[in-house]
Amino acid sequence: MKNIAALLLVLFSNIVMGATTSHALEAANIDPDDTESLKRGAKYFADYCLNCHSVALMRYSRVGSDLGIDDVTLEDMMIFTGAKVGDLMQISLEAEDAKQWFGTKPPDLSVIARSRGVDWLYVFLRSFYKDESRPWGVNNEVFKDVAMPHVLWELQGLQVATYNDVLGDDGVSRKLISGLKLVEPGKVTPDEYNQVVRDIVNFLHYVGEPAKSTRLQLGKWVILYLALFFVLMYFVKKEYWKDVKK
Amino acid sequence: MNRWIDQGKSWLETRFPVIEFWNNHLAKYYAPKNLNFWYLFGSLAILMFVIQVITGIFLAMNYKPTAETAFASVEYIMRDVNWGWLIRYLHSTGASFFFIVIYLHMFRALLYGSYGKPRELLWVFGMLLFVLLMAEAFMGYLLPWGQMSYWGAQVIISLFGAIPYIGGDLALWIRGDFVIADATLNRFFAFHVIALPLVLVGLVVLHLIALHRVGSNNPDGIEIKAKKDKSGVPLDGIPFHPYFTIKDMLGVIVFLMIFAMVVFYYPEMGGWFLEKDNFVPADPLKTPEHITPLWYFTPFYAILRAVPDKFLGVMCMGASIAVLFALPWLDRSPVRSIRYRGPIYKVALTIFIVSFIGLGYLGTVAATPIATNFSRLFSVLYFAFFLLMPYYTKIDKTKQPPDRVT
Repeated sequence: MKNIAALLLVLFSNIVMGATTSHALEAANIDPDDTESLKRGAKYFADYCLNCHSVALMRYSRVGSDLGIDDVTLEDMMIFTGAKVGDLMQISLEAEDAKQWFGTKPPDLSVIARSRGVDWLYVFLRSFYKDESRPWGVNNEVFKDVAMPHVLWELQGLQVATYNDVLGDDGVSRKLISGLKLVEPGKVTPDEYNQVVRDIVNFLHYVGEPAKSTRLQLGKWVILYLALFFVLMYFVKKEYWKDVKK
Repeated sequence: MNRWIDQGKSWLETRFPVIEFWNNHLAKYYAPKNLNFWYLFGSLAILMFVIQVITGIFLAMNYKPTAETAFASVEYIMRDVNWGWLIRYLHSTGASFFFIVIYLHMFRALLYGSYGKPRELLWVFGMLLFVLLMAEAFMGYLLPWGQMSYWGAQVIISLFGAIPYIGGDLALWIRGDFVIADATLNRFFAFHVIALPLVLVGLVVLHLIALHRVGSNNPDGIEIKAKKDKSGVPLDGIPFHPYFTIKDMLGVIVFLMIFAMVVFYYPEMGGWFLEKDNFVPADPLKTPEHITPLWYFTPFYAILRAVPDKFLGVMCMGASIAVLFALPWLDRSPVRSIRYRGPIYKVALTIFIVSFIGLGYLGTVAATPIATNFSRLFSVLYFAFFLLMPYYTKIDKTKQPPDRVT
């Protein structure tokens, strides 16, 4: 009996752990059908992220055609490197330089939303806090000692961490982050900042699988076709099997 | 007009036995009329094989099997190739569905004793197909060159290193390098797209020849060939075509609806069919926190981990598959079908299924002490099902099966 309870515990804890990090993540609540949000996200992404992070498996032109942006506008909006609209979204930052400046090469973000999940990204971009011990003066609550500076600092402002004393299993008391508090306001309000991050995450979600909306739209027609086919076949089968004696 | 057609037919038939083949294997091939739901999965396995081959051909047109380009070429298929995303999802979802179908097909054999005399070879060919299918899936999973592809292969190939004396060299020979690398990817690609599919086709043919020699078993587990009419047609047999071709079509449509739901709405299946970590390109320097094989390998993987010694673990994992081959000779029951078996077999089969699913689950979670203990318990039960079978099937109280199918 004890063992069964223990197994249930293992089962249950695994389901909770399944949400990647140790604490529950706030839902990003993105709307993949909101083209305006995606366009804003693309713009923020080009302005703040695309210098260091490539999206090297995606072409600018695909973003343009999917979001309904013409080539001229697209170039103004996203392309600062002299790349052509048909090119992949590469960066000019050399891996060697990146290693020297950040300690590591910033990852390509083509499928980051598929490996990390949108909720994690949403929380990550809102969880930078002041930490003088780090090279860029900031740390991150969900990605400890991340090499990335807080590039959206001018928008969000600066947060500090508040701590709680938590007694561990070993009887030693440790300081754990209990929350983040905005001490230096940025250009936008916290609510507006959440929307900025949501737009960026929405864009990353789109870029992770640009065919997703086509897939979701097509699925119901395929299933409907099969359902109709089933009804026809059902009567054909019944007709044939009529003469099989029980 | 009709005369010409008849002449054409006979011209062809004297040179190539089309009609004879059609009659022998479809129109005058008699299958028991009481075949139920569980008998669908053979046809569905062929369907899955065809889907995998066709989508595989189109994937191979755009996939680039080098360590530098593999990951990007898969995403190229997902983005730049027309309908590439659909072809890729059909193939990736197809792999998991293939195993679902095969596991249910094998379960059917356990339910109705389909491996019993004279169907031993049919079962052995089927088991060979199962083993090769696992190899095919394992090698295919390396190709996207994500973190899970890479580290899963690393773990499994390193198992060969546990074999005394030759292990290290053997693992090196399989990989073609000291770690999983470009050379491994290239040879796995060759095996995945040509070598193994060729052998699989050959074995499917053998499996079907053996099947058509002895005929299908049925839910009553009795021989329909024992009772024939004057012209030699089994009294309880009906021609495979049109009756079962049409019945199977119905099953195929329902199956494709479920398949389409996954392909279009849940291609990742919450990380079970496409793992999150596999969207991170392979990095030989960064081990993922938690390496698990895909779900269809986890029962055997759990047996491997349940054993404290690595070499013994590998042996037990091998034995857990090998023991299945012996099934026809382990079962001493006078009846085949679960319908006429006694309570002991019913309990044993239930325990076995619970253990198998339990192991499948435990193979996906971290090896905590509790999980390991359960893996050990289920492993013992798994083997007990087979090793004690000659004894418990003999003493079990069976019922007398009917003369004719019900």
